[in-house]
Amino acid sequence: MIRAIAWREWRALFLSPLAFVILGVAQVILARLFLGHVNLFLMIQGRLTTLPNAPGLTSLVAAPLLGNTGVLLLLITPLATMRLIADERHNKTLTLLYSSPVSLTELVLGKYLGILGFYALIILMSLAMPLSLLIGGRLDWGTFACGVLGLVLLASSLAAIGLFMSSLTRYPAVAAMGTFGVVFFLWIVDYAGHGRGDGGAVVAYLSIVNHYEPFLRGLFDTSNVAYYMVLTATCLLFSVRRLEADRLAAR
Amino acid sequence: MSNPEVLVETDAVSRFYGPNAAVSDMSFVIRRGEVLGFLGPNGAGKTTTMQMLSGNLAPSAGRVLVGGFDMRTSPEKAKARLGYLPEYPPLYREFTVDEYLDYAAALRRIPRKGRRAARERAKTRCGLSTVGGRLTANLSKGFQQRVGLAQAIIHEPDVVILDEPTVGLDPNQIREIRALIRELGQDRAVILSTHILPEVQASCDRVQIIHKGKLVLNEGIDALMARMESQVLVAVFRKAPDVGAIEALPLVGSVMVEDERRLRIFHDPGADPTDGIVRLALERDWGLKEINPEHSSLESIFAELTGESPEAA
Repeated sequence: MIRAIAWREWRALFLSPLAFVILGVAQVILARLFLGHVNLFLMIQGRLTTLPNAPGLTSLVAAPLLGNTGVLLLLITPLATMRLIADERHNKTLTLLYSSPVSLTELVLGKYLGILGFYALIILMSLAMPLSLLIGGRLDWGTFACGVLGLVLLASSLAAIGLFMSSLTRYPAVAAMGTFGVVFFLWIVDYAGHGRGDGGAVVAYLSIVNHYEPFLRGLFDTSNVAYYMVLTATCLLFSVRRLEADRLAAR
Repeated sequence: MSNPEVLVETDAVSRFYGPNAAVSDMSFVIRRGEVLGFLGPNGAGKTTTMQMLSGNLAPSAGRVLVGGFDMRTSPEKAKARLGYLPEYPPLYREFTVDEYLDYAAALRRIPRKGRRAARERAKTRCGLSTVGGRLTANLSKGFQQRVGLAQAIIHEPDVVILDEPTVGLDPNQIREIRALIRELGQDRAVILSTHILPEVQASCDRVQIIHKGKLVLNEGIDALMARMESQVLVAVFRKAPDVGAIEALPLVGSVMVEDERRLRIFHDPGADPTDGIVRLALERDWGLKEINPEHSSLESIFAELTGESPEAA
């Protein structure tokens, strides 16, 4: 059941040009940034050899690129997730799901897995670039895998936020703006503070970036994993609750 | 007398929107083999009732049972036994008819192996065999409605709920849909809502009239027809007739003169004085132009049932 809903979501994404445009634009931008990182690495490569414990390809090319992909996902998320539920509500197709023997949890999980598949595709395509470095160089697999894990966790929480915002309204554009607001706020909330001042610790903890950066440095901390898991689970739970309220509220 | 199985039961169901009751205290049952017509003017609470029966809307009070399962406590079991065609067919515009029906079949938990057969069966029944590969968005309104209907019956549900199934269709399509409803009603329970009286006459065994959220009438279709049977004839003549002579005829109750050439002739139900009036008009050469039984309309039945003037209904 979850699989059928996820499959439909995936199909619907690729039946509209939006998914292809997103993939294409993301790839062009990431390719430009990747070349920039590689260029920089080649320029300073000579000096690096004289340093003890010098940073290598992974921390100078792969990690920054994973960081860029994270920022790009922030910008893509509103567009990729806006239609998930809002569009079905707008087109009155939600009725089909509500009158089928499908629980709301299955509905939300199906939609979520469908959109997660799309994120997986974006991530795989972006990973192809650092992996191409293997032709002439070597990667620090531990650091790289840790960064990828961070990116996957970040993507799952972004998708969950987008899904929840989409469940709130019947207008995809409103969902997109709401998602953008929430995600961008979580991104910049600790922009200046670095956890200083009154309640600084709370602000620093909220920041979605503060939990991502350690992964890129190859630092695996379960508290960061927990942050993303909690964020994702909360948004999914709220989405289920929101759909339950749909049946109770006036329409 | 053995009654067929009760498939839908509502128990004192109410639904409030804020302080307004869209549906209040409604109780009824539907048995297998019945086609129940839900008749009411626009805004009477028909769609709200359909939404509650199909699990799209939770009642504010009361219970809905489908196939013996409570919609609140075991919604999945209840929903597995019903098919619902809402007012607007819930179509995914970017899907073809076949893709859409396959998805609907999957949602209804038809095993993968049986989906193709289920889809083809539903398409044949709804006359969709030739449009399987077309996008639902590009179909005419009539075909879209049929796809909506196919979606509702693809899993062979015991209960089929149709909200205004013939709106926007041409007369041929309406006839086909009515025939299909009749066919479906033979071995399951069909509930259809409409504000068109002939629709109920054509397809239903039983009719419930709903007015301002309340059930005001619940009886067989024959009883409704009897209620609507004429007790008034309207006769128009070219020359002014002799009212006294008409009143003296057998079967005629009383005569009301609207103007001197147009009369309203009252009679008892079941006793029709038309023949006598026509014969008299010929003999006296009044020049009978027309004589018509005045059918009571749905509006006047509403008025009778709710004690309000037809305008208010």
